[in-house]
Amino acid sequence: MIKLEKRPQPSRLWTVLAPLLAVLLTMVVGGALFWFLGANPFEAIRTIFWDPLFDPQFAPFSRPQLLVKAGPLILIAIGLSIGFRAGIWNIGAEGQYIMGAICGAGAGLALYPSDSVLVFPLMILCGALGGWAWAMIPAILKTRFGTNEILVSLMLVYVAENILASMSSGLLRNPEGMGFPGSRNFKQWEAAHNAELIPNTGMHWGVVFAFICVIGVYVMLTRHIQGFNIRLTGDAPKAARFAGVSPARVVFLCLGLAGALAGLAGLFEVSGPAGQITIDFNSGYGFTAIIVAFLGRLNPIGILLAGLLMALTYIGGELAQLMLGVPGASIQLFQGMLLFFLLGVDVFTNFRIRLTKPELA
Amino acid sequence: MTDTLLTIEGLTKAYPGVVANDDVSFTIAEGEVHALLGENGAGKSTLVKMIYGLVKPDSGRMTLRGTAFAPNEPRAARAAGVAMVFQHFSLFNALNVAENVALGMENPPAMRDLAARIREVSETYGLPLDPYRTVGELSAGERQRVEIIRCLLQDPRLLIMDEPTSVLTPQEVDILFETLRKLTGEGVAILYISHKLEEIRALCDQATILRHGRNVGTCVPSQTTAREMAEMMVGSAFQPPERAARALGDVALEITSLSAKSPSEFGTSLKDISLTVRAGEILGLGGVAGNGQDELLAALSGELRSAAGTIQLKGKPVGRLGPGARRRLGLLTAPEERLGHAAAPEMSLTENAILTAAQREGLVRNGFLNWNKARGFAEAIIERFDVRTPGPATVARALSGGNLQKFVIGREVMQRPEVLVVNQPTWGVDASAAAAIRQALLDLAANGAAVLVISQDLDELMEISDRFGALNEGRLSDIRPTRRLSVEEIGLMMGGAHGMEVAHV
Amino acid sequence: MDLSSINPILLVASIMVSATPILLAAIGEMVVEKAGVLNLGVEGMMITGAVVAFAVAVNTGSPILGFAFGAFGAAALSLTFGVLTQILLSNQVATGLGLTLVGLGLSSLIGKPYEGVKAPSLPRLDIPVLSDLPVLGRMIFSHDIMVYLSLLLVVAVWAFLKYTRGGLILRAVGESHDSAHALGYKVVRVRLLAILFGGACAGMGGAYLSLVRVPQWTEGVTAGAGWIALAIVVFASWRAGRVAVGAYLFGGITVLQLNLQAAGAAVPVALLSASPYVITILVLVFISARGMHGAPASLGRPFHASS
Repeated sequence: MIKLEKRPQPSRLWTVLAPLLAVLLTMVVGGALFWFLGANPFEAIRTIFWDPLFDPQFAPFSRPQLLVKAGPLILIAIGLSIGFRAGIWNIGAEGQYIMGAICGAGAGLALYPSDSVLVFPLMILCGALGGWAWAMIPAILKTRFGTNEILVSLMLVYVAENILASMSSGLLRNPEGMGFPGSRNFKQWEAAHNAELIPNTGMHWGVVFAFICVIGVYVMLTRHIQGFNIRLTGDAPKAARFAGVSPARVVFLCLGLAGALAGLAGLFEVSGPAGQITIDFNSGYGFTAIIVAFLGRLNPIGILLAGLLMALTYIGGELAQLMLGVPGASIQLFQGMLLFFLLGVDVFTNFRIRLTKPELA
Repeated sequence: MTDTLLTIEGLTKAYPGVVANDDVSFTIAEGEVHALLGENGAGKSTLVKMIYGLVKPDSGRMTLRGTAFAPNEPRAARAAGVAMVFQHFSLFNALNVAENVALGMENPPAMRDLAARIREVSETYGLPLDPYRTVGELSAGERQRVEIIRCLLQDPRLLIMDEPTSVLTPQEVDILFETLRKLTGEGVAILYISHKLEEIRALCDQATILRHGRNVGTCVPSQTTAREMAEMMVGSAFQPPERAARALGDVALEITSLSAKSPSEFGTSLKDISLTVRAGEILGLGGVAGNGQDELLAALSGELRSAAGTIQLKGKPVGRLGPGARRRLGLLTAPEERLGHAAAPEMSLTENAILTAAQREGLVRNGFLNWNKARGFAEAIIERFDVRTPGPATVARALSGGNLQKFVIGREVMQRPEVLVVNQPTWGVDASAAAAIRQALLDLAANGAAVLVISQDLDELMEISDRFGALNEGRLSDIRPTRRLSVEEIGLMMGGAHGMEVAHV
Repeated sequence: MDLSSINPILLVASIMVSATPILLAAIGEMVVEKAGVLNLGVEGMMITGAVVAFAVAVNTGSPILGFAFGAFGAAALSLTFGVLTQILLSNQVATGLGLTLVGLGLSSLIGKPYEGVKAPSLPRLDIPVLSDLPVLGRMIFSHDIMVYLSLLLVVAVWAFLKYTRGGLILRAVGESHDSAHALGYKVVRVRLLAILFGGACAGMGGAYLSLVRVPQWTEGVTAGAGWIALAIVVFASWRAGRVAVGAYLFGGITVLQLNLQAAGAAVPVALLSASPYVITILVLVFISARGMHGAPASLGRPFHASS
């Protein structure tokens, strides 16, 4: 018989080992999946995890993409992780991402064609504000009425998508775009373009912000009383209240920060890699970031690594689609499986598996 | 005393790191009240869980009325005639009395018939109950009646009772004993778990004493002194706390007409509570669990706010202040629930030291934590209060209840409070740790702090408090000097018999 | 705007059709939550049910088989959630989210070949006599069998929870798993069964979407229906009858906004299409402002028998 026995202390070893084991298991099961889909499993795994970085033919194109994709994932996941640590489940980052993009881009487009150096900083500010404001809706409803933030933030994703549809074919539509939906392209407007900072690296302002956030949040969680309060709230809400932490303040802080970071990610995406507001410029980063946050153990450094890994599966997935003809959806499943395996193997972190003799009772 | 009902031979059960029961043997006769005596952690609850089929022994065997008895689940134990009244964890707040009873039975009759049976049995045994009331709304004593009725409806041969009197007033205890004697008269055997020696002397025919999982002796309680039993339980003579004469100072804490609604659904609201505690004084507040203790502590800690003037600290209104501000002024508290309220289970002792001491001990500057200083403070608590732990990096849930309690009380005491409020300071703590905690409270008062002790342990309150009051349904009784109080008076202050009546034949 | 183009008979009839998938998913989730488990993966189970049912119905020509396999497929998926949360003790919120993400990925993978294909639909079941009634006949008594089954299921769940021993045990487990364990009930087993039931219901709800309501397979066909089902459980304060009311109210709003769009109402289309979600939020606010009553006390808390 197999028995679970709670460890007196969470295992440090397994905290690190669990994500690695999860990745390994995902590769094995994912390989089987690709085999089932008619592709060579080893080739598929190599195409996803190795070729984008090291294949002489593809790497020059795909390597910069790594940071382009990892930037928003890390930025959003860092924000989400703070809330998850406190037991506040914001799963509507996708909506905050969209609203940040709309507000930031809208603020910029209102100034078109100014070439002031202030245009881009203003867009960044408005992007953060847009995401923040959208996250304030569940925050206010939760603190004021006790409404469940999971459902509200998620519903707001659908609302945001409808606003995006309306904006891209209405208010923000490119007046010179011959009636096609979609805003002006920021790539053609230097003052507002989130351009690549170092050629062929994929490094743009969003990636810089993501790195800064990793460091900032790391310091906050380990050294600052706010971070302590957030962790305390997540571990024991009653103890936090006893310590004098205001639950409402933690909700506002966590949701606000997550919203602002998601909004920033949206703005950097729309003014850089995506280039314009279109009805489907968002590509589900807000949801994938949830996986990134967990895979990174809600730890800033872990999230940095997990974000890069997840970006790799995006790029590698596209490559596999192109080269091996595996369906694009399989990579989404792949990412989902990764989260599942992680949650499963996490049992080793808190429990010891003990084999006992069958009892003769 | 006639035939043997249950024989236990060599029961052993080990958990990783501890042997909970080591080769325990004894017998229970039909119609006997058998006491199982021991400190917290002596292995009493593991033993009864084995008898009730919740835990399987590693070795040893049991015989019930001559046949081998090895229940692999409670259902089997119940079918064999073993019933158990739990100390906690076996009622469902949102369900009604009848549903709760039905869940403890194998083949419950239809609800309407069951309700009638509950009325009938509860009247017979002097434990009136309305089968359709929601359990969460019942008092602690009434909830215990639900458990007892649930057992009685199954016509048990052996009734296991785990600390049944901890939720009762002295008058209610007397009535319960009447009920139990009536049951034994009908041939039912009772396995009675307690650490209250006088009770055992009054009620039990035989006693088995456990220490560190081992059976260290049996005795006939009526022919043994409480002191002898206590020494068998603890293994040595132990020191009662010393009580130095103290001079009382000014009023440090004053509560005036405090009323507050309970924040929890099944809680008790506070009604018009007034009291004062002077510097150097210990005020003890007794009362059965669930009569407003948690709410009073929350109102004093600042988790529950009230009008400014209702609570005054050295003449300063603090009713509207939050926990942090009150701590800064010198009002410190320690709630009853150690894990999850007084301490965060997954956080280290260092972090748990920061939890309440961040301000007073200067563990935070400009919002940044001073980890070295925090670790030092945690180490100081561990050292001075003899907290058994590998070190301050250990997470709180890894500590035993008694050690965590010492840490929690120590954390507050070492911050030199002006006023300290504690709720159930020694609950679930072994005798030596309890004595240490009581001594720390006495020393604190001797050094001029005002101490308010809320407890359900009357002996404890008699031992350390200068004045005594009792909470009953959210109200506070008169407060009287402890020295001249009799048990009857205390019982009446606690609310008497709460609608219980003596069993009808 | 031409409101006269809205036919009240068809309106009510289509409300029933539109409410059925959410009703199925919500009643299943309610049972799961009554057992003390919060499964946020309803959306993922629904869409898996939708795609499996569609594929089976296309390949076998039998919509009934489609429903059966849809329920089975989603239940199988829910079992992964059950194993993770009940046996491996993973966090229920995270695992539920993961279930949704896996379900979405899995369904678009399976569904690719079926885009644009037409599936056999359920025949209309004209209830004798009643369906001949004027107005009411067409409105209420001539739907496909799943509409009636879903309503029957509500009644069955209500009766199960209220009158049977199994229902009592399920509620007890959801109320306090420690007490239930102390009395010897198998908490994990009860919860796994509830999770499977919830999965099967969500799967049937999804199947109804792809086979009857839409009816075709498109990626993301559920469009948040699973999340709305979760909201309805809260709205209903964990009572079966109110789940039905909630689902029909929500169905009504969806159909009404579609009708308004078709009638060319002078309201922006984006606002109309967002209205079901906005109204769900408003309803949640209203319910929570009143205070949440009836949430099972152990909801979402992990259970580990440590003794």
